Amino acid sequence: MARVIGTVVATVKNPTIEGTKILVLKNIDARRRTYGRAFVAFDSVGCGIGEEVYYVRGREACFPFLPEEVPSDTTIVGIIDRIYGSER
Amino acid sequence: MIIGQVVGNVTATQKNPRFEGAKLLLVQPLTLDGNPQGDTVLAIDGVDAGVGDRVLVVLEGWSAAHVLRKPGSAVDAAVIGVIDEVELFSRE
Repeated sequence: MARVIGTVVATVKNPTIEGTKILVLKNIDARRRTYGRAFVAFDSVGCGIGEEVYYVRGREACFPFLPEEVPSDTTIVGIIDRIYGSER
Repeated sequence: MIIGQVVGNVTATQKNPRFEGAKLLLVQPLTLDGNPQGDTVLAIDGVDAGVGDRVLVVLEGWSAAHVLRKPGSAVDAAVIGVIDEVELFSRE
């Protein structure tokens, strides 16, 4: 899980990436507190700045875009509505 | 993906044949403030980046092999974009 804290504008060669939003994320814990280093992810669900999202890493990060070939190692695959069970 | 800066490149004559024609860049990962963070990364150049460019690097083999257009290559990182701008809306 992470929070979207920024955007990246980059000149890319691969046409499939051109239309894809590139976002800066920071991980959040079950109590929605950020931690660790910021990192970059591709968006596959149309999320916005400040939203809390969940993402997939590794090779599977390309799957949301198939058959398009997007070279991603981190892709946002869901926008969080609410986290239950974090009140403790 | 990570944000980094190209600090050099690497050439090798004796290498795995799939690396024929591949340009290897030496990239220093950066924090959002532009400070060096962690070890340098050796990445396939997918965008003709030059030394000093701030770049976007994918750290995953399947994607890196696609950037090299040789699926199944022994590569694990590739430069996929030259960063024009990083806009931050909040630090947290």
